[in-house]
Amino acid sequence: MAMAGLLAGCGSGAGGSDNGTLTAYVYGDDAVKVQQAAVDTFNKTSDVKVKLVSVPGTDYVNKLRSAMGSPSAPDIFFNWGGGSIKPYVDSDDLVDLTSTVKDDPTLKDGFLPSIMTAGGLDGKVYGVPMRGMQPVMLFYNKALFAEHKLEAPKTWQDLQKAIATFKAAGITPFALGGSDKWPELMWMEYLLDRIGGPEVFQKIQNGDTEGWGDPAVLKTAQTVKELIDDGAFGKNFNSVDYGNGGAPTLLNKGKAAMHLMGSWEYSTQLGKAPEFAKKDLGWTAFPTVAGGVGDPANVVGNPTNYWSVNARTKHKDAAIAFLKTMASKSYSKALVDNGDIPTTSNAASMLSTSPNPEFANDQYEMVQKAPSFTLSWDQALEAQYATPLLTEISKLFAGKTTPEQFVEAMKAAK
Amino acid sequence: MSVHTPHAKRRGDRKAAVGNVGRPPVGWAVPGILFFALFAIVPLAIAVYLSFTTWDGLDSPTLTGFDNWTRLFKDSEFGQAAWLTLLLTTISWAFQTPVALLLGVWAAGRQRTRAVLSAIFFIPLLLSTTAIAMLFHALLDPNFGVIKEIGPWLGIDPNVMGSSTGALLVVAFVGGWQFMPFHTLIYQGGARQIPEVLYQAASIDGAGMVRQFFHITLPQLRHTMTTSSVLMIVGSLTYFDTVLIMTKGGPGTDTTILPYLMYRTGFQTYDLGYAAAIATALVIVATGLSLLLVRFSGFGSMRSTREGM
Repeated sequence: MAMAGLLAGCGSGAGGSDNGTLTAYVYGDDAVKVQQAAVDTFNKTSDVKVKLVSVPGTDYVNKLRSAMGSPSAPDIFFNWGGGSIKPYVDSDDLVDLTSTVKDDPTLKDGFLPSIMTAGGLDGKVYGVPMRGMQPVMLFYNKALFAEHKLEAPKTWQDLQKAIATFKAAGITPFALGGSDKWPELMWMEYLLDRIGGPEVFQKIQNGDTEGWGDPAVLKTAQTVKELIDDGAFGKNFNSVDYGNGGAPTLLNKGKAAMHLMGSWEYSTQLGKAPEFAKKDLGWTAFPTVAGGVGDPANVVGNPTNYWSVNARTKHKDAAIAFLKTMASKSYSKALVDNGDIPTTSNAASMLSTSPNPEFANDQYEMVQKAPSFTLSWDQALEAQYATPLLTEISKLFAGKTTPEQFVEAMKAAK
Repeated sequence: MSVHTPHAKRRGDRKAAVGNVGRPPVGWAVPGILFFALFAIVPLAIAVYLSFTTWDGLDSPTLTGFDNWTRLFKDSEFGQAAWLTLLLTTISWAFQTPVALLLGVWAAGRQRTRAVLSAIFFIPLLLSTTAIAMLFHALLDPNFGVIKEIGPWLGIDPNVMGSSTGALLVVAFVGGWQFMPFHTLIYQGGARQIPEVLYQAASIDGAGMVRQFFHITLPQLRHTMTTSSVLMIVGSLTYFDTVLIMTKGGPGTDTTILPYLMYRTGFQTYDLGYAAAIATALVIVATGLSLLLVRFSGFGSMRSTREGM
């Protein structure tokens, strides 16, 4: 790592491409096959060939970071937009795509506008959407809700009634993978959105750490504390994780009634407990919070993933030509078949062929109608804020700090 | 003087008679030295250099003087991590040493069953730390792990990894479980070196098993214990994989020991200059501790363990 950096220090920045190839880094998971197919199609007609490098998920961010600081940087790379690309924007590593998108109807009208904006920074576009949307939703066990004569919660009152009912029945109201930290973040994101509206976090995202001092943040942290003290997450959520399947299993075994999770929870459940996923897995939007000013139609999560172009590339035109294929109907179709919901404006008509059209349609509608789509905080903020944020949230959930201390710690983060 | 002269003379004789024949020329060491320099000395020097810079991994590092170092002393998180590291090291040492010592001495016997059992005890060391951490993580899952069934029966809260002390003890235990066989092996080797005559003499004088252990075995294993302790302490100071996989530094920051703090600062926050300062501090502490240990245990003077024989 240090060696790579020193090399970068004196490297001339030639870019990773030679002999007419573009290197594209992509987050290596099941969806890579969709991108590989797109690359194969593109290479058939293009002189400049794209070479897809699939980096295993857990290593992706580190590997990209080291590569971008080295002479062998990728030409195109997968990212989450927002804070995840801020360091690269700051060091002038990215191609500003704003005018390209504005002048090109394929790109301009091809995607949902809110999605395109969510991936940019300071009103500029640095990325083109390339994967499905991942809003965070409230999943629940339909069988348990039916058994206790409850409806999916729409208001905070509903939610509290559900918590009380399930607690009385010895069922943990919410599964929570606290050991992984980021599932706890989702609670903060939704609560702050419902209590103070999306503007509070937008202010923070725009670099104003004083934004953490907003009364809505304190209220959010207090609400979290109330939920914990009330036993809404059970007693041992600190040693439960998401990655190893702890939290999803609680939901599908009926030990927990609800689970706040990204839309990928559906495919996770389909993989772990197909019977449950098909029959008893329900989903709904995050309920309203009493006294909150946020629009209950707002969504948080990952709008989608984006391709960004390295400013040092030798084949900028070819790179942009490749990005345009992301708006094509055939690419959207391939995403749908893989169980993803594309962020293209024409996606709605294709969702009937999705593995679960009902889930796909609900999700698409939820995002399409959302007045605001807040990017997950840990992706929206730069690493230097995101990591302390996750640590402080974990301390709050573990009862190591008070809501007031959480606010102070975040205001002081630098 | 009378001791030294023949010794020096002998060495001189050998040199005169044999010259450099038995000893390979310095040239042979060059690849080794180069390798060591390239993969140990150079990176260490770079880390020290980086500790005086701010670097986000993308642009070139900027020199900022002692900023990172002054920050280190004011940072309460660093203080907590240093304290946790020392605590973990102490717990690990106190937990591993007695068990490894007793097992090692026992395994130094020559019965066949002992050989077989020793081989079985050795197994944990052969597994990768990652595999062990994942295994214990699964066993300690509060809802689906073995701990849920046997925990209450043993009087242990199944939420052991979710509690501050529990999580730290788990990390120490898992590390101990893995590395104890190694230390057992060291003690076994040490115990086998103890001359049988000492025990025979003690038996004649009427000393029992326990007395023999405390008056012969233990003193004779003094230097073995130093070796094992140095390895154990340096090992605990760099303990990382178990924390990363099992607790991720949590709950809160209650298992965020220095190596994990360094990882988080360097490879999650991308504050590589500060991470280098933490790493350098860790090197200084580890070197200092091993030197201290070696000095106070008399290892440096190389006295014979068989003095008085």
